[in-house]
This record gives sequence, structure tokens and C-alpha cells, in this order.
Amino acid sequence: MSTPLAFARSTVGRKVIMAVTGLLLVGFVLGHMAGNLLVFKGPEALNGWGAFLKSSALVLWTVRLGLLAAVGLHVWAALTLIRLNQVSRPVAYAKRVPQASTRSARLMRVGGIFLLVFIVFHLLHFTTGTIHPGYTFSHTDVYGNVVSSFQVPWVALFYIAAMVALLAHLTHGIWSFFQTMGWSHTRYNPARRVVATVVALIVSLGFIAIPSAILGGMLR
Amino acid sequence: MNLTLHVWRQPDAGSAGRLERYEARGVSPDMSFLEMLDVVNEGLIEKGEAPIAFDHDCREGICGSCGVMINGVAHGPMAGTATCQLHMRSFRDGDEIVVEPWRARAFPVLRDLVVDRSPLDRIIEAGGFISIATGNAPDAHAILVPKQDADSAMDAAQCIGCGACVAACPNASAMLFTAAKVSHLGVLPQGQPERDRRALGMIAQMDLEGFGGCTNYGECTEACPKGISLETIARMNRDFRVASLRARPESAAAAGAP
Repeated sequence: MSTPLAFARSTVGRKVIMAVTGLLLVGFVLGHMAGNLLVFKGPEALNGWGAFLKSSALVLWTVRLGLLAAVGLHVWAALTLIRLNQVSRPVAYAKRVPQASTRSARLMRVGGIFLLVFIVFHLLHFTTGTIHPGYTFSHTDVYGNVVSSFQVPWVALFYIAAMVALLAHLTHGIWSFFQTMGWSHTRYNPARRVVATVVALIVSLGFIAIPSAILGGMLR
Repeated sequence: MNLTLHVWRQPDAGSAGRLERYEARGVSPDMSFLEMLDVVNEGLIEKGEAPIAFDHDCREGICGSCGVMINGVAHGPMAGTATCQLHMRSFRDGDEIVVEPWRARAFPVLRDLVVDRSPLDRIIEAGGFISIATGNAPDAHAILVPKQDADSAMDAAQCIGCGACVAACPNASAMLFTAAKVSHLGVLPQGQPERDRRALGMIAQMDLEGFGGCTNYGECTEACPKGISLETIARMNRDFRVASLRARPESAAAAGAP
């Protein structure tokens, strides 16, 4: 009656897959953001942290493949459900006035796709160094890469825009996580909104601080 | 009051439909929305035209038969109200009102404002029941039910199956309906024996009927004339998740039993 395949085929099962992978990714971006803030302590701190993360190839690749799998499942569940939702109302209303949905909820699809594009760019930019506008990429000088790229205004603004999209995505996504996992309780529901908004703000503002500081000339 | 209506007219499921303009003159603010349509229909019949078809039955807000999209809002502008209990005093003289049927792939239009909501019945058949011993009526308090559980079961049981949640959902999802039915029985001791099968069966049927998925917009609960809360969806999600993990494969003999 219930097999993993049936679970993954079900609309509710796919939401659970999206919620669990989403939680993993929230954990990742929190850690990523905290590590990035070492840029404010100077080149040695950030480069040392970068070298530490790469010290064990086994751990590094386990985490990388785990994250890729999480992103893959998250996007697969999202895209298949978006497709289903698009065909579920073949004739549109002549007039429809939304009553309750939040802006962050309505931005999930377009924002999520924007974030996917950003992630691909980000990997080509800071992980592989394929994209390196106006400077030479170094696999060991993380600090140099960051500062040189964010001195290019379009790169910095693209990052900031992506982090604003992440703010909206997490505001609805983290709240949604509890709903999908079935953790709804009148005593804790107001806290769910607060937790989602606060975590989303911490992550996005933490990330945004870096390109802003470099663009503003505070770090060089 | 004088109103201008734009009503969806469609002769049958196979034909194309379109919005037709009608003038409703001399409407009393004390009329219900359906009574206003009755008056418009009388005029149409006198002119020899086909009256606007719409579903209705009790007109007391408890049967779930009626329901149309009114100016882009399921059951119209008044919260917690079915179309039959919406009164014309909610509108102003000279208003233009767009009246459309529920729109969903799973709810094909049969005629004008009438849609086929039998997918909801099939979701119920897939698990919205409990098994009881027949024979003499049991003592009323033979099974103790905590007051809070009884309350939350009754809150969910208020669902009248009108389909407004599907109509209001941007994804045409039937999650709120299914969740109300799953959790109304799932919180009661009488509902425990079939709890896992109920969540799995009803959600599988819901998916089979071609409804969309939930994206937690919250439009459904806002449109619901009975105010069924989003907490019911969370409860159903939990039942589904737990059931998916612990449900055992049914043996051939058990599968043959009804």
C-alpha cells in the first residue's frame, strides 16, 4: 500500500521530500553564511577556513554530493509539482482576487528558479573559477577572489538580488516546512512565522553584508 | 438596487462557454445572492431564454450544494458564508458582478455555473469512514472522547464539501477538503483502526482525481464557508507521513476483504 515509489509519486510525499531537503539546505546556508563572515576578520581567517573545509577530500566530496542530491531532489519535487499545479486549472478565471496568500508565497516559483540560476553561476564563479570577471581566480586565496569580484558592481548587485530572493524563499519555505511535516499547533503557530522570518533575515542579511561592504569600499 | 451581471454561460460540458451580460433591476438588499439569480432567471424564462443553471439545495449554508466565484472570490465577499447566505446588501447599487463556476480540471463544468464535484465523493469513498459493530446502539459514553478532541473533530467535521477550497486555491488543490475529512475521523478514538489506510487512501484518490498540490498559500481556509483551518492540512500531512512509514503491506486475503 505504501512504497517509497508511491510516497514520491504522491503530492504530499513530494512536499515532504521538498521540506526535508529544504531543511538540509537551510542548515547549509546558515553555516555557509557564518563562515563567509570571516571575511571581516581578514584574509588569513577566511583563507584558513577555506583550507580547513578542503582538508579532507572524502568529507568534502561527501558533503558536496549530499548537497547536490538535496538540491536535485528539492528542484525535482518543485518542478513536477509546479507542472501539476499549472495543469490543474485548465480554464482560468476571468476575475480572481487573492485573499490570503503572502507575497513571499507567490514568489516561490519565480524566486526558486532565479535561485537555481544563481547557484549554477555561484559554483562557476567561486568554486570552479570558470567565471572570473576582471581578475585572476586562485583556488587558495578565497579572500582575494571575493574582494576582487565584488568590486565589480554587476557581480555584487547580482549577489545581493539573489540573497533578497533567498530572503523571500526562506520566509515562506521555513514556515511551510512545519506545515508540510505536520507540526501545526495553535500554541506554537505564531512562533513558526517568527522563526521563519528571523532565520531568513539572518541568512540573507549576513550574506548581503559582504558584497555591500566591498562595494562600499570597507574591505579591500 | 440595479446591478450588472457577467455570468458564465455554457450549454453543456462539451461546448465552449462565455461570459454573458445581464441587467438585474429592482434587486432588494435583503435578497440572497441565489434569490437575485432566481429573479434574473424569471426574466430570462419570460423572454423565452434558458435560465442560468446553478446548484443549490438547502439555502441555509449547511448542505454544500451552492457555490460560485463572485467577483473573483469563492462564495463572494462575505467571509465564512456560502453563496446562499450571502445577501445583496454586501453589494452597492450599480455594481458590476462577475459570476463564474468553480474552475478546476477535476471539476468539469456541466452547465453554466454547475460543475461536477463527484471527485470529492470518491475521495470520501477511499477512506472517509469508520467501521462499527452493528446491532444494539452502544452506550453513549462507552468510548470516552476528550472534550478537546471532540471539539477539533467537530471543527473539521463542519466541512460541507462545497469545493470552495478547490475553487480558491491557485493550484486547484483539494487538500483542505481531504484534510478536513481525514482529520475529523483521525482525532477520534473511533477513527483509529483505519487511520493509516484513511490518510494513504484518500490522498491517493485525491491525486488520482487530478487536483493540484498544496503550496501553503492559505487561500482555501479564507474561502471556506466553515472556516476549516490550515491545521487540518498539517494533521493530514502528519498522518500521511507516519502511515507511509509504518503501514504494512496488506496480505492477499486482507486485500480481498471489503
